[in-house]
Amino acid sequence: MYAAGCDVGSLTSKAVIMKDGKIIESVIIKSKARPWESADEVMNIVLSRAGLTMKDIKYCVGTGYGRDKISFINEAVSEIACHGKGARWLVPSVRTVIDIGGQDCKALRLDDKGNMVKFITNDKCASGTGRFLEVMAKVMHLNLDELGEMSARSRQPITFASACTVWAQADVIQHLNDKVPIEDIAAGVNNAMASRMSTLANNIGLEKDVCMTGGVAKNSGVVNALEKHLGIRIKRIRREDPQLAGAIGAALFAAQKATGGAQ
Amino acid sequence: MITAGCDVGSLTAKAVIMKDGKIIASEVILASAQPEKSATDVMKRAVKKAGIKMEDIGYCVGTGYGRKHIPFMNSEESEIACHAKGAVWQVPSVRTVVDIGGQDAKAIRVDERGNVERYVYNDKCASGTGRFLEIIADALDIKLEDLGALSGKAKEKLTLSNQCVVFAETEIISLVNDGKEIADIVNALHQAVANRAASLARGILVEPDAVMTGGVAKNSGMFAALERALGVKLYKVEDPQINGALGAALFAADKLNG
Repeated sequence: MYAAGCDVGSLTSKAVIMKDGKIIESVIIKSKARPWESADEVMNIVLSRAGLTMKDIKYCVGTGYGRDKISFINEAVSEIACHGKGARWLVPSVRTVIDIGGQDCKALRLDDKGNMVKFITNDKCASGTGRFLEVMAKVMHLNLDELGEMSARSRQPITFASACTVWAQADVIQHLNDKVPIEDIAAGVNNAMASRMSTLANNIGLEKDVCMTGGVAKNSGVVNALEKHLGIRIKRIRREDPQLAGAIGAALFAAQKATGGAQ
Repeated sequence: MITAGCDVGSLTAKAVIMKDGKIIASEVILASAQPEKSATDVMKRAVKKAGIKMEDIGYCVGTGYGRKHIPFMNSEESEIACHAKGAVWQVPSVRTVVDIGGQDAKAIRVDERGNVERYVYNDKCASGTGRFLEIIADALDIKLEDLGALSGKAKEKLTLSNQCVVFAETEIISLVNDGKEIADIVNALHQAVANRAASLARGILVEPDAVMTGGVAKNSGMFAALERALGVKLYKVEDPQINGALGAALFAADKLNG
Protein backbone atom coordinates (compact mmCIF):
# COMPACT_ATOMS: atom_id res chain seq x y z
CA MET A 1 0.00 0.00 0.00
CA TYR A 2 1.56 3.25 -1.17
CA ALA A 3 0.72 6.67 0.20
CA ALA A 4 2.06 10.00 -1.05
CA GLY A 5 2.51 13.52 0.22
CA CYS A 6 3.08 16.59 -1.95
CA ASP A 7 4.18 19.93 -0.48
CA VAL A 8 4.07 22.83 -2.94
CA GLY A 9 5.97 25.76 -1.50
CA SER A 10 6.80 29.19 -2.88
CA LEU A 11 10.38 28.30 -3.70
CA THR A 12 10.57 24.49 -3.72
CA SER A 13 8.11 21.64 -4.15
CA LYS A 14 8.55 18.32 -2.41
CA ALA A 15 7.03 14.86 -2.86
CA VAL A 16 7.36 11.76 -0.69
CA ILE A 17 6.10 8.21 -1.29
CA MET A 18 5.73 5.93 1.75
CA LYS A 19 5.04 2.25 2.11
CA ASP A 20 4.46 0.48 5.42
CA GLY A 21 5.72 3.44 7.41
CA LYS A 22 8.92 3.85 5.41
CA ILE A 23 9.94 6.44 2.86
CA ILE A 24 10.66 4.68 -0.40
CA GLU A 25 11.30 7.76 -2.51
CA SER A 26 11.47 11.53 -2.15
CA VAL A 27 12.16 14.48 -4.47
CA ILE A 28 12.72 18.24 -4.05
CA ILE A 29 12.47 20.55 -7.07
CA LYS A 30 12.46 24.30 -7.58
CA SER A 31 8.90 25.55 -7.83
CA LYS A 32 7.55 26.78 -11.16
CA ALA A 33 5.44 29.88 -11.76
CA ARG A 34 2.19 27.91 -11.35
CA PRO A 35 1.71 25.67 -8.32
CA TRP A 36 -0.13 22.95 -10.28
CA GLU A 37 2.81 22.68 -12.70
CA SER A 38 5.18 22.26 -9.75
CA ALA A 39 2.94 19.59 -8.25
CA ASP A 40 2.64 17.64 -11.50
CA GLU A 41 6.37 17.73 -12.11
CA VAL A 42 7.54 16.76 -8.64
CA MET A 43 4.99 13.94 -8.48
CA ASN A 44 5.96 12.60 -11.91
CA ILE A 45 9.62 12.53 -10.92
CA VAL A 46 9.04 10.81 -7.60
CA LEU A 47 6.76 8.19 -9.21
CA SER A 48 9.17 7.39 -12.00
CA ARG A 49 12.06 7.07 -9.54
CA ALA A 50 9.98 4.69 -7.45
CA GLY A 51 8.95 2.79 -10.59
CA LEU A 52 5.28 3.48 -9.87
CA THR A 53 2.33 5.21 -11.52
CA MET A 54 -0.34 7.36 -9.93
CA LYS A 55 -2.68 4.34 -9.91
CA ASP A 56 -0.40 2.62 -7.39
CA ILE A 57 -0.89 5.45 -4.89
CA LYS A 58 -3.84 4.62 -2.69
CA TYR A 59 -4.11 8.05 -1.09
CA CYS A 60 -2.33 11.34 -1.66
CA VAL A 61 -2.37 14.41 0.59
CA GLY A 62 -1.33 17.86 -0.61
CA THR A 63 0.02 20.70 1.51
CA GLY A 64 1.94 23.97 1.21
CA TYR A 65 0.78 27.34 -0.04
CA GLY A 66 -0.24 25.89 -3.44
CA ARG A 67 -2.13 22.91 -2.01
CA ASP A 68 -5.57 23.93 -3.26
CA LYS A 69 -4.34 23.97 -6.84
CA ILE A 70 -3.04 20.39 -6.94
CA SER A 71 -5.17 18.28 -9.30
CA PHE A 72 -4.24 14.75 -8.27
CA ILE A 73 -4.61 14.83 -4.49
CA ASN A 74 -7.37 13.19 -2.48
CA GLU A 75 -7.22 15.81 0.22
CA ALA A 76 -5.44 19.02 1.23
CA VAL A 77 -4.12 19.43 4.79
CA SER A 78 -2.69 22.61 6.35
CA GLU A 79 1.06 23.16 6.42
CA ILE A 80 1.04 23.53 10.18
CA ALA A 81 -0.54 20.09 10.67
CA CYS A 82 1.77 18.44 8.15
CA HIS A 83 4.92 20.01 9.58
CA GLY A 84 3.96 18.96 13.07
CA LYS A 85 3.29 15.42 11.98
CA GLY A 86 6.39 15.19 9.81
CA ALA A 87 8.64 16.60 12.52
CA ARG A 88 7.33 14.13 15.10
CA TRP A 89 8.03 11.24 12.73
CA LEU A 90 11.57 12.55 12.19
CA VAL A 91 12.22 13.31 15.89
CA PRO A 92 9.70 11.43 18.08
CA SER A 93 10.64 13.44 21.19
CA VAL A 94 9.96 16.80 19.52
CA ARG A 95 7.72 19.32 21.29
CA THR A 96 8.65 22.54 19.46
CA VAL A 97 9.09 22.81 15.70
CA ILE A 98 10.54 25.88 14.02
CA ASP A 99 9.97 25.79 10.29
CA ILE A 100 11.50 28.33 7.94
CA GLY A 101 10.08 28.33 4.46
CA GLY A 102 11.03 30.34 1.42
CA GLN A 103 8.48 33.06 2.19
CA ASP A 104 7.26 32.39 5.69
CA CYS A 105 8.24 31.09 9.07
CA LYS A 106 6.26 29.17 11.63
CA ALA A 107 6.73 27.90 15.14
CA LEU A 108 4.51 25.21 16.61
CA ARG A 109 4.28 23.33 19.86
CA LEU A 110 3.09 19.75 20.23
CA ASP A 111 2.01 17.87 23.33
CA ASP A 112 3.46 14.49 24.28
CA LYS A 113 0.98 12.76 21.98
CA GLY A 114 1.87 14.90 19.02
CA ASN A 115 -1.27 17.06 19.13
CA MET A 116 -0.90 20.70 18.18
CA VAL A 117 -0.98 22.94 21.27
CA LYS A 118 -0.06 26.32 19.83
CA PHE A 119 1.31 27.80 16.66
CA ILE A 120 2.33 31.11 15.18
CA THR A 121 3.21 32.03 11.60
CA ASN A 122 4.69 35.01 9.86
CA ASP A 123 4.07 35.47 6.17
CA LYS A 124 3.64 39.24 6.30
CA CYS A 125 7.27 40.30 6.56
CA ALA A 126 10.21 38.85 4.64
CA SER A 127 12.51 39.19 7.64
CA GLY A 128 13.07 35.84 9.36
CA THR A 129 12.01 33.88 6.28
CA GLY A 130 14.12 32.14 3.66
CA ARG A 131 13.63 35.19 1.50
CA PHE A 132 15.80 37.28 3.81
CA LEU A 133 18.75 34.92 3.33
CA GLU A 134 18.12 34.70 -0.39
CA VAL A 135 18.21 38.48 -0.80
CA MET A 136 21.43 38.78 1.22
CA ALA A 137 23.14 35.87 -0.56
CA LYS A 138 22.34 37.52 -3.88
CA VAL A 139 23.97 40.85 -3.05
CA MET A 140 26.95 39.03 -1.55
CA HIS A 141 27.31 36.82 -4.64
CA LEU A 142 27.21 33.68 -2.52
CA ASN A 143 25.01 30.63 -2.73
CA LEU A 144 22.90 29.80 0.30
CA ASP A 145 25.17 26.95 1.48
CA GLU A 146 28.25 29.19 1.41
CA LEU A 147 26.43 31.88 3.37
CA GLY A 148 25.64 29.42 6.16
CA GLU A 149 29.11 27.97 6.44
CA MET A 150 30.84 31.35 6.68
CA SER A 151 29.62 32.07 10.22
CA ALA A 152 32.16 29.66 11.67
CA ARG A 153 35.04 31.74 10.30
CA SER A 154 33.81 35.13 11.51
CA ARG A 155 35.54 36.99 14.33
CA GLN A 156 33.44 40.14 14.49
CA PRO A 157 29.93 39.66 13.13
CA ILE A 158 28.26 42.87 11.97
CA THR A 159 24.96 43.92 13.52
CA PHE A 160 21.93 45.49 11.85
CA ALA A 161 19.98 48.48 13.12
CA SER A 162 16.71 47.04 11.83
CA ALA A 163 15.37 43.60 10.95
CA CYS A 164 13.76 44.87 7.73
CA THR A 165 15.11 43.04 4.68
CA VAL A 166 15.24 46.28 2.70
CA TRP A 167 17.31 48.17 5.28
CA ALA A 168 19.52 45.17 6.04
CA GLN A 169 20.27 44.77 2.34
CA ALA A 170 21.38 48.41 2.18
CA ASP A 171 23.59 47.82 5.24
CA VAL A 172 25.15 44.73 3.65
CA ILE A 173 25.97 46.70 0.48
CA GLN A 174 27.51 49.45 2.61
CA HIS A 175 29.65 46.92 4.53
CA LEU A 176 30.77 45.30 1.27
CA ASN A 177 31.84 48.72 -0.02
CA ASP A 178 33.67 49.39 3.24
CA LYS A 179 35.62 46.13 2.69
CA VAL A 180 34.34 44.47 5.86
CA PRO A 181 35.37 40.77 5.75
CA ILE A 182 32.64 38.79 4.02
CA GLU A 183 32.60 36.21 6.85
CA ASP A 184 31.66 38.94 9.31
CA ILE A 185 28.85 40.14 7.05
CA ALA A 186 27.62 36.56 6.54
CA ALA A 187 27.66 35.87 10.28
CA GLY A 188 25.73 39.10 10.85
CA VAL A 189 23.12 38.00 8.33
CA ASN A 190 22.76 34.58 9.98
CA ASN A 191 22.52 36.16 13.44
CA ALA A 192 19.85 38.60 12.27
CA MET A 193 17.88 35.73 10.82
CA ALA A 194 18.19 33.76 14.07
CA SER A 195 17.21 36.75 16.18
CA ARG A 196 14.02 37.28 14.19
CA MET A 197 13.15 33.57 14.36
CA SER A 198 13.76 33.40 18.08
CA THR A 199 11.26 36.22 18.67
CA LEU A 200 8.64 34.13 16.90
CA ALA A 201 9.60 30.92 18.68
CA ASN A 202 9.66 32.53 22.14
CA ASN A 203 6.14 33.72 21.48
CA ILE A 204 4.72 30.21 21.69
CA GLY A 205 6.91 29.21 24.64
CA LEU A 206 9.73 26.77 23.98
CA GLU A 207 9.65 23.20 25.17
CA LYS A 208 12.24 20.49 24.66
CA ASP A 209 13.01 18.88 22.30
CA VAL A 210 13.25 21.63 19.75
CA CYS A 211 13.90 20.89 16.11
CA MET A 212 14.08 22.89 12.93
CA THR A 213 12.52 21.95 9.61
CA GLY A 214 12.54 23.57 6.18
CA GLY A 215 15.46 24.32 3.91
CA VAL A 216 17.06 26.81 6.33
CA ALA A 217 17.52 23.95 8.86
CA LYS A 218 20.44 22.89 6.65
CA ASN A 219 22.16 26.24 7.20
CA SER A 220 24.59 25.56 10.05
CA GLY A 221 25.28 29.25 10.66
CA VAL A 222 21.62 30.04 11.29
CA VAL A 223 20.99 26.91 13.40
CA ASN A 224 24.01 27.61 15.65
CA ALA A 225 23.03 31.26 16.00
CA LEU A 226 19.46 30.27 16.84
CA GLU A 227 20.69 27.93 19.59
CA LYS A 228 22.57 30.84 21.12
CA HIS A 229 19.58 33.17 20.87
CA LEU A 230 17.19 30.66 22.39
CA GLY A 231 19.67 29.28 24.90
CA ILE A 232 18.51 25.78 24.08
CA ARG A 233 19.91 22.94 22.03
CA ILE A 234 18.25 22.25 18.70
CA LYS A 235 17.99 18.58 17.86
CA ARG A 236 19.37 18.06 14.37
CA ILE A 237 17.26 16.00 11.98
CA ARG A 238 19.44 13.30 10.50
CA ARG A 239 16.90 10.66 9.46
CA GLU A 240 15.84 12.55 6.33
CA ASP A 241 16.25 15.95 4.71
CA PRO A 242 14.57 18.48 7.07
CA GLN A 243 13.17 20.23 3.99
CA LEU A 244 10.91 17.20 3.47
CA ALA A 245 9.10 17.47 6.82
CA GLY A 246 5.89 18.92 5.34
CA ALA A 247 5.70 16.33 2.56
CA ILE A 248 6.44 13.53 5.01
CA GLY A 249 3.64 14.75 7.26
CA ALA A 250 1.32 14.83 4.25
CA ALA A 251 2.31 11.26 3.30
CA LEU A 252 1.70 10.12 6.89
CA PHE A 253 -1.79 11.66 6.83
CA ALA A 254 -2.35 9.90 3.50
CA ALA A 255 -1.22 6.54 4.92
CA GLN A 256 -3.59 7.03 7.84
CA LYS A 257 -6.52 7.65 5.46
CA ALA A 258 -5.55 4.70 3.27
CA THR A 259 -5.55 2.32 6.21
CA GLY A 260 -8.79 3.68 7.59
CA GLY A 261 -7.56 5.96 10.33
CA ALA A 262 -5.09 3.73 12.20
CA GLN A 263 -1.83 5.43 13.14
CA MET B 1 17.69 89.30 10.96
CA ILE B 2 18.72 86.28 8.87
CA THR B 3 18.43 82.72 10.14
CA ALA B 4 18.87 79.31 8.51
CA GLY B 5 17.72 75.74 8.92
CA CYS B 6 19.47 72.70 7.52
CA ASP B 7 17.82 69.27 7.34
CA VAL B 8 20.14 66.42 6.39
CA GLY B 9 18.01 63.39 5.55
CA SER B 10 18.93 59.96 4.29
CA LEU B 11 18.23 60.71 0.64
CA THR B 12 18.17 64.50 0.36
CA ALA B 13 19.56 67.51 2.21
CA LYS B 14 17.48 70.65 2.54
CA ALA B 15 18.28 74.24 3.52
CA VAL B 16 15.99 77.20 4.20
CA ILE B 17 17.08 80.80 4.77
CA MET B 18 14.66 83.24 6.40
CA LYS B 19 14.76 86.98 6.81
CA ASP B 20 12.38 88.83 9.12
CA GLY B 21 9.84 86.00 9.13
CA LYS B 22 9.91 85.30 5.38
CA ILE B 23 11.60 82.54 3.38
CA ILE B 24 14.15 84.17 1.11
CA ALA B 25 15.74 80.99 -0.27
CA SER B 26 15.40 77.22 -0.11
CA GLU B 27 17.31 74.35 -1.69
CA VAL B 28 17.01 70.57 -1.94
CA ILE B 29 19.88 68.38 -3.10
CA LEU B 30 20.50 64.65 -3.20
CA ALA B 31 22.48 63.63 -0.14
CA SER B 32 25.97 62.22 -0.61
CA ALA B 33 27.52 59.51 1.55
CA GLN B 34 29.04 62.17 3.83
CA PRO B 35 26.44 64.21 5.71
CA GLU B 36 29.02 67.01 6.32
CA LYS B 37 29.41 67.47 2.60
CA SER B 38 25.65 67.32 1.91
CA ALA B 39 25.03 69.97 4.56
CA THR B 40 27.77 72.28 3.31
CA ASP B 41 26.74 71.90 -0.34
CA VAL B 42 23.08 72.57 0.19
CA MET B 43 23.71 75.57 2.46
CA LYS B 44 26.21 77.10 0.02
CA ARG B 45 23.61 76.89 -2.73
CA ALA B 46 20.90 78.43 -0.60
CA VAL B 47 23.21 81.24 0.49
CA LYS B 48 24.04 81.97 -3.13
CA LYS B 49 20.38 81.92 -4.12
CA ALA B 50 19.55 84.35 -1.33
CA GLY B 51 22.33 86.66 -2.49
CA ILE B 52 23.91 86.74 0.96
CA LYS B 53 27.09 85.49 2.59
CA MET B 54 27.46 82.67 5.09
CA GLU B 55 28.50 85.27 7.71
CA ASP B 56 25.17 87.07 7.30
CA ILE B 57 23.36 84.15 8.93
CA GLY B 58 22.75 85.10 12.53
CA TYR B 59 21.84 81.62 13.72
CA CYS B 60 21.57 78.19 12.11
CA VAL B 61 19.72 75.14 13.44
CA GLY B 62 20.40 71.63 12.13
CA THR B 63 18.00 68.69 12.01
CA GLY B 64 17.48 65.36 10.25
CA TYR B 65 19.17 62.03 10.68
CA GLY B 66 22.58 63.48 9.76
CA ARG B 67 22.30 66.54 12.01
CA LYS B 68 25.20 65.61 14.27
CA HIS B 69 27.54 66.15 11.33
CA ILE B 70 26.49 69.62 10.22
CA PRO B 71 29.68 71.67 10.69
CA PHE B 72 28.25 75.20 10.60
CA MET B 73 25.16 74.94 12.82
CA ASN B 74 24.81 76.70 16.15
CA SER B 75 22.50 74.10 17.66
CA GLU B 76 20.32 71.16 16.72
CA GLU B 77 16.65 70.25 17.09
CA SER B 78 14.86 66.91 16.66
CA GLU B 79 13.13 66.18 13.37
CA ILE B 80 9.79 65.84 15.15
CA ALA B 81 10.06 69.32 16.68
CA CYS B 82 11.16 70.87 13.38
CA HIS B 83 8.45 69.20 11.32
CA ALA B 84 5.78 70.29 13.76
CA LYS B 85 7.07 73.87 13.81
CA GLY B 86 7.37 74.08 10.04
CA ALA B 87 3.85 72.70 9.51
CA VAL B 88 2.27 75.07 12.04
CA TRP B 89 3.94 78.02 10.34
CA GLN B 90 2.65 76.92 6.93
CA VAL B 91 -0.87 75.92 8.07
CA PRO B 92 -1.61 77.60 11.44
CA SER B 93 -4.74 75.49 12.03
CA VAL B 94 -2.81 72.22 11.70
CA ARG B 95 -3.27 69.52 14.34
CA THR B 96 -1.81 66.49 12.56
CA VAL B 97 1.33 66.25 10.44
CA VAL B 98 2.05 63.12 8.42
CA ASP B 99 5.57 63.20 7.07
CA ILE B 100 6.77 60.54 4.65
CA GLY B 101 10.47 60.72 3.94
CA GLY B 102 12.83 58.65 1.87
CA GLN B 103 13.52 56.16 4.62
CA ASP B 104 11.05 56.85 7.37
CA ALA B 105 7.54 57.99 8.15
CA LYS B 106 6.27 59.99 11.09
CA ALA B 107 2.98 61.30 12.33
CA ILE B 108 2.83 64.18 14.80
CA ARG B 109 -0.10 65.71 16.65
CA VAL B 110 0.15 69.28 17.86
CA ASP B 111 -2.14 71.20 20.20
CA GLU B 112 -3.80 74.58 19.51
CA ARG B 113 -0.60 76.39 20.37
CA GLY B 114 1.54 74.26 18.10
CA ASN B 115 3.17 72.20 20.85
CA VAL B 116 3.92 68.56 20.05
CA GLU B 117 1.41 66.35 21.89
CA ARG B 118 2.10 62.92 20.52
CA TYR B 119 4.11 61.37 17.74
CA VAL B 120 4.90 58.02 16.16
CA TYR B 121 7.85 57.16 14.06
CA ASN B 122 8.76 54.26 11.78
CA ASP B 123 12.25 53.72 10.48
CA LYS B 124 12.31 50.00 11.23
CA CYS B 125 10.31 48.79 8.24
CA ALA B 126 10.65 50.08 4.68
CA SER B 127 6.93 49.68 4.01
CA GLY B 128 5.11 52.99 4.27
CA THR B 129 8.25 55.02 3.49
CA GLY B 130 9.54 56.59 0.29
CA ARG B 131 11.83 53.62 -0.16
CA PHE B 132 8.84 51.44 -1.05
CA LEU B 133 8.08 53.75 -4.01
CA GLU B 134 11.73 53.96 -4.99
CA ILE B 135 12.22 50.19 -5.12
CA ILE B 136 9.09 49.57 -7.17
CA ALA B 137 9.76 52.51 -9.50
CA ASP B 138 13.18 51.02 -10.09
CA ALA B 139 11.73 47.55 -10.76
CA LEU B 140 9.21 49.04 -13.20
CA ASP B 141 11.88 51.28 -14.76
CA ILE B 142 9.89 54.44 -14.08
CA LYS B 143 11.25 57.72 -12.73
CA LEU B 144 10.15 58.43 -9.16
CA GLU B 145 8.78 61.84 -10.16
CA ASP B 146 6.62 60.28 -12.90
CA LEU B 147 4.68 58.01 -10.54
CA GLY B 148 2.09 60.62 -9.58
CA ALA B 149 1.04 61.55 -13.12
CA LEU B 150 1.02 57.88 -14.12
CA SER B 151 -1.34 56.85 -11.33
CA GLY B 152 -3.74 59.57 -12.52
CA LYS B 153 -4.34 57.46 -15.63
CA ALA B 154 -5.38 54.36 -13.67
CA LYS B 155 -8.62 52.66 -14.77
CA GLU B 156 -8.79 49.23 -13.20
CA LYS B 157 -8.71 49.00 -9.40
CA LEU B 158 -5.98 46.65 -8.27
CA THR B 159 -5.04 45.84 -4.68
CA LEU B 160 -1.68 44.60 -3.46
CA SER B 161 -2.07 41.78 -0.96
CA ASN B 162 1.45 42.19 0.44
CA GLN B 163 2.52 44.93 2.81
CA CYS B 164 6.19 43.90 2.91
CA VAL B 165 8.24 45.68 0.23
CA VAL B 166 10.14 42.50 -0.62
CA PHE B 167 6.98 40.46 -1.12
CA ALA B 168 5.16 43.33 -2.85
CA GLU B 169 7.94 43.62 -5.41
CA THR B 170 7.41 39.97 -6.39
CA GLU B 171 3.66 40.50 -6.49
CA ILE B 172 4.06 43.53 -8.74
CA ILE B 173 6.31 41.62 -11.12
CA SER B 174 3.61 38.95 -11.47
CA LEU B 175 1.01 41.66 -12.12
CA VAL B 176 3.21 42.99 -14.93
CA ASN B 177 3.59 39.46 -16.28
CA ASP B 178 -0.17 39.00 -16.14
CA GLY B 179 -0.50 41.95 -18.50
CA LYS B 180 -1.88 44.48 -16.01
CA GLU B 181 -1.55 48.17 -16.92
CA ILE B 182 1.39 49.97 -15.30
CA ALA B 183 -0.84 52.93 -14.35
CA ASP B 184 -3.17 50.59 -12.46
CA ILE B 185 -0.23 48.91 -10.73
CA VAL B 186 1.25 52.26 -9.68
CA ASN B 187 -2.12 53.33 -8.31
CA ALA B 188 -2.28 50.14 -6.23
CA LEU B 189 1.28 50.79 -5.05
CA HIS B 190 0.38 54.28 -3.85
CA GLN B 191 -2.57 52.91 -1.93
CA ALA B 192 -0.40 50.23 -0.30
CA VAL B 193 2.23 52.76 0.84
CA ALA B 194 -0.49 55.16 2.00
CA ASN B 195 -2.36 52.45 3.93
CA ARG B 196 0.79 51.54 5.79
CA ALA B 197 1.60 55.17 6.64
CA ALA B 198 -2.05 55.74 7.64
CA SER B 199 -2.02 52.82 10.04
CA LEU B 200 1.03 54.37 11.67
CA ALA B 201 -0.68 57.76 11.83
CA ARG B 202 -3.85 56.31 13.36
CA GLY B 203 -1.69 55.40 16.35
CA ILE B 204 -1.70 59.05 17.42
CA LEU B 205 -5.40 59.61 16.54
CA VAL B 206 -5.49 61.82 13.46
CA GLU B 207 -7.32 65.10 14.02
CA PRO B 208 -8.15 67.73 11.39
CA ASP B 209 -6.64 69.89 10.07
CA ALA B 210 -4.02 67.54 8.68
CA VAL B 211 -1.08 68.17 6.38
CA MET B 212 1.19 65.84 4.49
CA THR B 213 4.85 66.78 4.32
CA GLY B 214 8.09 65.18 3.14
CA GLY B 215 9.31 64.54 -0.37
CA VAL B 216 6.65 61.89 -0.96
CA ALA B 217 3.92 64.56 -0.61
CA LYS B 218 5.05 65.98 -3.97
CA ASN B 219 3.62 62.83 -5.57
CA SER B 220 -0.02 63.72 -6.36
CA GLY B 221 -1.00 60.05 -6.43
CA MET B 222 0.39 59.49 -2.94
CA PHE B 223 -1.30 62.64 -1.66
CA ALA B 224 -4.69 61.42 -2.91
CA ALA B 225 -4.06 57.87 -1.66
CA LEU B 226 -3.19 59.11 1.84
CA GLU B 227 -6.34 61.23 1.90
CA ARG B 228 -8.36 58.12 1.06
CA ALA B 229 -6.53 56.01 3.61
CA LEU B 230 -6.92 58.52 6.44
CA GLY B 231 -10.44 59.61 5.46
CA VAL B 232 -9.59 63.27 6.08
CA LYS B 233 -8.85 66.17 3.77
CA LEU B 234 -5.16 66.96 3.65
CA TYR B 235 -3.87 70.51 3.32
CA LYS B 236 -1.24 71.14 0.69
CA VAL B 237 1.85 73.08 1.65
CA GLU B 238 3.88 74.90 -0.94
CA ASP B 239 7.06 72.86 -0.79
CA PRO B 240 6.44 69.86 1.49
CA GLN B 241 10.03 68.65 1.24
CA ILE B 242 11.56 71.68 2.98
CA ASN B 243 9.18 71.58 5.95
CA GLY B 244 11.80 70.22 8.38
CA ALA B 245 14.44 72.76 7.31
CA LEU B 246 11.82 75.49 7.59
CA GLY B 247 11.06 74.44 11.16
CA ALA B 248 14.79 74.52 11.91
CA ALA B 249 15.08 78.07 10.48
CA LEU B 250 12.12 79.12 12.67
CA PHE B 251 13.84 77.65 15.75
CA ALA B 252 16.94 79.61 14.75
CA ALA B 253 14.86 82.81 14.66
CA ASP B 254 13.50 82.03 18.15
CA LYS B 255 17.08 81.66 19.41
CA LEU B 256 18.07 85.04 18.01
CA ASN B 257 14.99 86.68 19.49
CA GLY B 258 15.90 85.14 22.84
